[in-house]
Amino acid sequence: MPDGQLLEFTGVTKRFGDVTAVSDFSARVEPGVVTGFLGPNGAGKTTTLRILLGLVAASEGRATIGGTAYRDLASPLRAVGSVLEASSFHPGRTAAAHLKIFAQAAGLPASRVDEALGAVGLSEVAGRKVGGFSLGMRQRLGLAFALLGDPGVLVLDEPTNGLDPEGIIWMRTLLRELARQGRTVLVSSHLLGEVQQTADRLLIISGGRLVFQGETTELSEETDRSVVVDAPDRAALTAALTAAGIDFSALRGGLAVRGDDTAGIGRIALDAGVALSTLQRRGPSLEEVFLDLVNGVRVHPSAGGVVAAVVADAAAEAEAVEADLVDAEPAEAEPLETDVAADGGADDRADAVVAEDADAVAADVSAELDAMAASSPGSAAAVGFAVASTGIIEVIDTAPAAEAPDEESDDRPSDAAEGEHA
Amino acid sequence: MSLAASTRSETTKVFSTAAWWVIAIVMIVYVGGMAAGMAGLFGALSDGQLGPEAGMIPSEGLPAMVYSIASSIGYVFPLLIGTLMVTAEFRHQTLTPTFLATPRRGIALSGKVVVAALLGLLFGVMAIVVTVAPGAGLLAVFGIETQLGEGDTWAMLARILIAFMLWTVIGVGLGALVRNQVAAIVIVLAFTQFVEPILRIAGGFLDWLNNITSFLPGAASDTLVGTSFFTAAGGVDVGSIGVGLDWWGGGLVLAGYAVVLLVLGGLTSWRRDIT
Repeated sequence: MPDGQLLEFTGVTKRFGDVTAVSDFSARVEPGVVTGFLGPNGAGKTTTLRILLGLVAASEGRATIGGTAYRDLASPLRAVGSVLEASSFHPGRTAAAHLKIFAQAAGLPASRVDEALGAVGLSEVAGRKVGGFSLGMRQRLGLAFALLGDPGVLVLDEPTNGLDPEGIIWMRTLLRELARQGRTVLVSSHLLGEVQQTADRLLIISGGRLVFQGETTELSEETDRSVVVDAPDRAALTAALTAAGIDFSALRGGLAVRGDDTAGIGRIALDAGVALSTLQRRGPSLEEVFLDLVNGVRVHPSAGGVVAAVVADAAAEAEAVEADLVDAEPAEAEPLETDVAADGGADDRADAVVAEDADAVAADVSAELDAMAASSPGSAAAVGFAVASTGIIEVIDTAPAAEAPDEESDDRPSDAAEGEHA
Repeated sequence: MSLAASTRSETTKVFSTAAWWVIAIVMIVYVGGMAAGMAGLFGALSDGQLGPEAGMIPSEGLPAMVYSIASSIGYVFPLLIGTLMVTAEFRHQTLTPTFLATPRRGIALSGKVVVAALLGLLFGVMAIVVTVAPGAGLLAVFGIETQLGEGDTWAMLARILIAFMLWTVIGVGLGALVRNQVAAIVIVLAFTQFVEPILRIAGGFLDWLNNITSFLPGAASDTLVGTSFFTAAGGVDVGSIGVGLDWWGGGLVLAGYAVVLLVLGGLTSWRRDIT
């Protein structure tokens, strides 16, 4: 059984001209577990992996496999198997010939070709030209290439792209099995949901920087839990929650409240005489945490002090940009802006907000908009508003909601919450 | 990841797609047809069968001219297959697995050079067979001495093989430098079929230009082989041996092109990030 090796990135930086694709990236990938490498498109995942594999030269820093740079490995394909893009095939070549080429280059026995094809279920089509393969078959052939040298380390860049649901499950099972055998498995994805069930550990990268490194279970905290509550008379429920000072966001299937206090919410509803149709706890939404990390709203200590500071800066910048949309807005008014955007769900902007008592105004705006939302449940409260210098709020009806708010995405309230605590 | 492993891998690469035999067939038809046509035409002319101009075409240089059509006309084919050996990897992104299996890029390029030279040898043999067989046959029909019994002829055929090997290696260097398959093919065809022939014909009339055009790759190739289609067909000494280069001098010039392109390509494009 091949040994899994420790993958180490030390201060890896890559600049393409003026663009910094990867910035001071340091991380460790341990053997024996599946490590998910997550980040939005363009975050620098592929560049980082290609640096590890010696295809792209790092501007600074070092990436090693068991302490050795890829190009110095005695037998690269026996040490590391990798799946990069799904299109690295000559369409006129058969699957078997494709693998034979690299088996020969790596000095592997010819029998490995058949074994690798068998391992990915392509034995039947070994003699067929790759040009006729579906995307899923190409992904499998890419994986067969990775398995060719029976390597202790597997590096896979978005390996489930193009796979059907059955193929995705098969891939997950295979990756888990490979890790269980003691191999190092590093698999990138831009979808958290895809690696959430497979990965024991996560590296999250955003804008070329590491924003999280740790166990998948460390990603979420208790506070990320939420309660979904709904009532046939949603307007009454909305009013009751608002009156009780509870933050919530409207989903298609009800209202989501942070925390896991089902009893408390049930009590509020009872006191208000609202009959509930739904009251349930929901597990932590990792997607939400992921997006917060990626957007710099949330900073995890594993990202390192320097990174944290930079991310905080970035977050502050982002808020500043939002604030710029509001004329002459004092610093204290920032939560107002966020709050409004979150609760109203409308992407209107305040024409002029000069609040003297920002908190009070924020509460008022929330109440107003909640009321609006309640009056037209399920659709965006298409309102614009302005806060005059006197603190009087005018709610302006704009054109009928052109854009419904993204009801599925309940990450907005967390932004608001963060904003308030900022 | 030794050179031997890389060479085996590159050999499989070449013979596992259609490009090599498609180009080989086109070469055989083109070069073979040309040799047969020329042997028939000049044979008939020197035999006087086509008219009173008979005898104007001296028959002693004919066999060498006909046989050397393999390289003087056919050199574009080894050049093309050598170029495709590299650009196909860029085009289909197979360079990624190639460099994953052989991360020492110099070794990967060396493997290609070795296989390209061997492939040039194979193409050279095919080209010689399809020029000499119909060429000698038709010359014999017109009663012209085929010169196949002479050592000089066989030495020339051997030099054609050397030229073919150098041309495929030049192709590898060009491909490594240019990367883009379409651009590389356009460069190969435009240069070999248009730019160089025109310059060499012009050089045939202008001595100062001839000193330069003699060093063009096609001219150097003809110098290496020792005869030129331009020489015979144009009736003027064009490009070949114009500046007193020996056959090996031509060979060195041609090898120089291969080395310069390989070094330039190997140090620049070949080193670039594979993204």
